Amino acid sequence: MPRVRFPRRRGRELRVTAARLALLCAIALLFVPAAGTAGPQASSCKLQVFSWWTGGGEAAGLTKLIKTWNRNNPSCPFKNETVAGGAGTNAKAVLAQRLAAGKPPDSFQGHAGAELRDYIKAKQVLPIDSIYRQYGFRKAMSKQLLNQITYKGHIYSVPVNIHRANVLWYNPKVLKKAGITAVPKTWSQFIAALEKAKKANVIPLSMAEQWTAKHLLETVMIATIGPTRWAALWKKGGNWSSSGVTTALNRYKTLLTYTNRDAASLTWQDAGKLVVDGKAAFNIMGDWQDGYFSGSKAGDNLALKPKVDYNWAPVPGTSGVYDWLSDSFTLPKGAPHSTAAKKWLGFLGSKKAQDQFNPVKGSIPARTDANPRLYGPYLKWALRQWKTNKLAGSLAHGVVAPNAWAADIDTALGLFLNNRDVERFQTALVNAAKKRAT
Amino acid sequence: MRRVRRWGPGLLLVSPSIVLIAVFVYGLIGWNVKVSLSDWRTAEKTSGWAGLDAYRDLNSDPAWDESVHHILVFTGTFIVGTLFFGLLLAFLLEKGVRGEGFFRSVYIFPLAVSFIAAGVVWRWLMNPAPGDRASGLNVAFEKLGLGFLANDWYLSLDWGMAAMAMPAIWALSGYIMALYLAGFRGVPEELREAARMDGASEWRVYRHVVFPFLRPITLSALIILGHISIKVFDLIVAIGGKQLITQTPAVYMWILIYDARDYAEGAAIATLLLIGISILVIPYLVYSVRAERRA
Repeated sequence: MPRVRFPRRRGRELRVTAARLALLCAIALLFVPAAGTAGPQASSCKLQVFSWWTGGGEAAGLTKLIKTWNRNNPSCPFKNETVAGGAGTNAKAVLAQRLAAGKPPDSFQGHAGAELRDYIKAKQVLPIDSIYRQYGFRKAMSKQLLNQITYKGHIYSVPVNIHRANVLWYNPKVLKKAGITAVPKTWSQFIAALEKAKKANVIPLSMAEQWTAKHLLETVMIATIGPTRWAALWKKGGNWSSSGVTTALNRYKTLLTYTNRDAASLTWQDAGKLVVDGKAAFNIMGDWQDGYFSGSKAGDNLALKPKVDYNWAPVPGTSGVYDWLSDSFTLPKGAPHSTAAKKWLGFLGSKKAQDQFNPVKGSIPARTDANPRLYGPYLKWALRQWKTNKLAGSLAHGVVAPNAWAADIDTALGLFLNNRDVERFQTALVNAAKKRAT
Repeated sequence: MRRVRRWGPGLLLVSPSIVLIAVFVYGLIGWNVKVSLSDWRTAEKTSGWAGLDAYRDLNSDPAWDESVHHILVFTGTFIVGTLFFGLLLAFLLEKGVRGEGFFRSVYIFPLAVSFIAAGVVWRWLMNPAPGDRASGLNVAFEKLGLGFLANDWYLSLDWGMAAMAMPAIWALSGYIMALYLAGFRGVPEELREAARMDGASEWRVYRHVVFPFLRPITLSALIILGHISIKVFDLIVAIGGKQLITQTPAVYMWILIYDARDYAEGAAIATLLLIGISILVIPYLVYSVRAERRA
């Protein structure tokens, strides 16, 4: 049998073809750098700010801030690095990658409070006490707020706005139809009102997917045990096995029986819309609900009239308590343009910036010297409340619980929504606190 | 030198692939396993050794139990449903019908639709709103007088994940149909003729002559569907979002890494998914390589 050999000539042809191909590739690579830098060389300073403000009032508010910044700082124009996606879920992932790669932006958005703790512990953000001193922020923001965002004696972010989570939204027409004469202020009044709504064949309390169930849980807990004991729960040794917590969880279980059974398939906007459409009596949600109800149709909002088509009150049992959350900005370690970054934080904490941003965004400023005339009806009410209410940090929006603890609570809550077993729920919460409290 | 000339160019041709796969597949798999055995449980990177701690925590985690339960229901429904419909469609087409090309294309098109897009539409179709708020399939059933079929779809506690498998069955049936069609057409016509001449009814021809030929196809379809189903993520997120009621291992891994920042536990889930898929795929690969060698 003839031995099959690789004929010499074929081998030579192959080598020539391979050489030609290699030469072509090398030439192609020469064009890559040219394609990469499209346009003139980047200017020496661009303030990279990372946020998830991509829609509606948030984006509009951010645009205003950008214009003002660019006007006052032409040497370091704003570079908007937003990532779309509900409540920052995608943005946080992208940010995590950049921080891990050592390529932080000049500033990034985060919920003030415990959510920033992961970044602080990983030494990815710097303390900014000096900026607070330089711009006099301590005098302009409430002491309670500053206390709740201080970690181990230092402050790491500038809060731009304050949202309230413990708001009860209702439709006056539905309440009238159901014979609910007064907006409930206590737990028993609330149950009575929910019963009336049930008899009138409307959804007593509309709810949406799991995170809104967590939102509802925190308002019920604050209503039952009060803001002081709520704050104590989140410190080491907090008593999650107390009878107060048991009562709160049982009340929560009762409330859930008044919610719509398809809650897990709705978004928070869907649940709010049920109220203004007359299909539900009450909805408990943060005050971004006001932005959705009264905002312009161009921004995919409902353009309704406050106090006519919808109205609001504190969640029954939480009158005098402000269940707060706040969007804030940080100073990352290794920010590429740290002078500009510090100036940005000073700008954000100024009265001008906060009064420019917040009326459009649908929140109140973190500063206490806002000009109320710039704000709509709900926000005027919120501004008055902010001055006198006691503060309780939000769980669902990153103030009191760091990420890992919040994830444990999510699991416990998810299981509770399935099996409605209060004892198991409370045990899971106790264990989560034992594991995660620092 | 002559020997090198024999396999040299061949090796040169595949060496980029080998290097890339070695680094980006096996290298990263190794790194992932290393992370799962480390003590990197928070946002601060630590690289100490923690052994099987992350796996033990996962084992006692009720969210993990839920995720596994969900993925098993999903996988079971998905595989049975897709095999059934794929086989049915191939069976209907295999003898040749008018416009077969058209029908084949129609059944295969869903494969080209991304799970996210399909998920959004099916989320609307499977809307569980009851009574006068019903929409999607529920209201269609009402209008057709089939009101008793209206149900909670993916929110059902026991069978929610079976409902979640419906868009996946819709998407992949065409692909399995294509596999089976090739299988049907691969059966030599003489065998069928011979069986008919021996007096077999058409059904018995199928049962005793044709279907045995399809067994290897069923096996490879099982493997393909199994490994798609274990990893399913985008469909779940598009329909159910980030909630425990529809959580699967891949979704839980996403939550652990990006929300809870528990990197070791997330990596542990990734490793377990890999092991689960390997249990399916590796024996099959061994079997098919051996079968090829014999042939």
